[in-house]
Amino acid sequence: MTFANIRTYRRDSFTPVHYLVFLMLCIGFILVAYPLFWILMSSLKTTEEISLSIWALPTKLQWKNYANAWNKGISQYFVNSMLVTTSTIIGVIIVSSLCAYGLSRYRGRWINVMLVVVMGGMMLNPQVCLIPLYGLLTRLGIRNTYLALIIPYMAFRLPLNTLLIRSFFLSVPKEIEESATLDGCGGFQVYWRIFLPMSRPILLTSAILTAYYAWNEFLFAIIFIDSTKYRTIPAGLMSFRDALQVDWGPLLAGMAISAIPIMIFFISVQKYFIRGMMAGSVKG
Amino acid sequence: MKLRQLKAVAQPLGFILPCMIMLGLFVYYPLVQNFIFSSFRFSAFSPEKIFIGFENYKTLFTDEIVVTALRNNIRYAVVSVLIQVCFGLVLAAILEDRVFRRFAPLFRTTFFLPVVISVSVVCLLFGFVYNPIDGLLNKFLELIGLGSLARPWLGSGKTAIWATIAVSQWHSTGYIMMLFIVAIQKIPEELYEAAEIDGAGKLRQFFVITLPQVKEMFFVSSVITVTGSFMVFNEPYILTKGGGPGTSSITIGVHMYQSGFFKDMMGYASTLAVVIFLISAFFAVIQMTAFKSGED
Repeated sequence: MTFANIRTYRRDSFTPVHYLVFLMLCIGFILVAYPLFWILMSSLKTTEEISLSIWALPTKLQWKNYANAWNKGISQYFVNSMLVTTSTIIGVIIVSSLCAYGLSRYRGRWINVMLVVVMGGMMLNPQVCLIPLYGLLTRLGIRNTYLALIIPYMAFRLPLNTLLIRSFFLSVPKEIEESATLDGCGGFQVYWRIFLPMSRPILLTSAILTAYYAWNEFLFAIIFIDSTKYRTIPAGLMSFRDALQVDWGPLLAGMAISAIPIMIFFISVQKYFIRGMMAGSVKG
Repeated sequence: MKLRQLKAVAQPLGFILPCMIMLGLFVYYPLVQNFIFSSFRFSAFSPEKIFIGFENYKTLFTDEIVVTALRNNIRYAVVSVLIQVCFGLVLAAILEDRVFRRFAPLFRTTFFLPVVISVSVVCLLFGFVYNPIDGLLNKFLELIGLGSLARPWLGSGKTAIWATIAVSQWHSTGYIMMLFIVAIQKIPEELYEAAEIDGAGKLRQFFVITLPQVKEMFFVSSVITVTGSFMVFNEPYILTKGGGPGTSSITIGVHMYQSGFFKDMMGYASTLAVVIFLISAFFAVIQMTAFKSGED
């Protein structure tokens, strides 16, 4: 009796229901973590080992799988992804912060019209523009170049990021801007010297959201780029798979190379990433 | 006076113009063009376009693949709302419970991990999981004595779409879970304490406090998930090589891609894009009107 009473007073102790829930959490943990571990483990095995003893640990670590994957194309895709992602981030940050400043610091009917234009852009799904965009990029002569990805990525990420940065700019007290104007700062200087340095956290959030999008985008990446020379990782992995066919070791190593660095990056900036996810849905 | 007025307009315009040009040229112009394209017949390889009026739309209503595709999109939506949103919320509530506080960070980060992996890596991984001979899933079923359940998951028209849907759940549940975790963390602790003093159990607390407090997030994430379900492209494109076997796991996005870039019917693909546009616009309007009513 007394024992039972003590138990009810200790609020954090496990009841049978808790054990059951905990067990289910552990099953979920295995469901998520094991496949990821399996990629790592199998990427160090020979192809025979992978297919014959699927659960076993590698008998001898096959680091050459990684060298193989890297030399057979992953290095190029990795560089392309870095280049496209970095350019997209820089472009988005510059253009959307400029626009956010204009939209938040000036008044007028046509400012509101522009705001609606930006908001409308957020609702629009990139798939809808796929076919005309394909033609447009061809006519501009930039299809199958880095620009064929960077420019559409920028255009479709501008609305979300402009609104994100604008809402931060709106919270900046008017006095700060006024005193700067009295000191003789023009509009651009107020933007450049005061607003940009103040909004570092939101710009970081923006950059991370954009990185997430540009690094993972798949549809544009397979359609606007034909040559493996300019492919980014998501599209490149497809040609990599087709080229390797049944050579599983290097394929798994390639998958690990494409996933691990970015995984570590996103997990380490989780705080900003989740803040951005809350502000606007990045899914889709 | 005139000059000052001009300057008052010109200055904000200088900030806004770059963004407007990009949106105009690469978002709105293609959007309008897509509507025009939908009444033409043309190929990707020749500049010649033949005006055919509503011919493509007539094809649309007799195209059985559209029915299959939309049915698969609806299956996607239903399962995703059940697993990602409903189960994601339960998961978030469990991980935010005091009892599991000690273990929560480990589970939270693990469940979130798939979200940050690109979809092609995830799909290649599940190619290994579903492999009919050496796949993890079939080998596991054999291991636990359920070998009779083993089957070519992606190779059979009956299971391909469900296997594909399952991959998306594995990939995205952690995302919605994280949104709910943040929403739950914003609920004042006192509400739970008061409920506990009143003798309300965990289940009751969930329905009386958690659920009403996160209902806005519940709504938003449902709309995001449903909208996303109608835009699905990557998973069937990679896993079932474009909606196979046959067209059993095709989605409207994949159908559009194949019509345009495979069968070279660019005009008809534009018509399918109009369908996609109408569906996403419908959900966008729902989301906006709901937000408006929430503000009043």
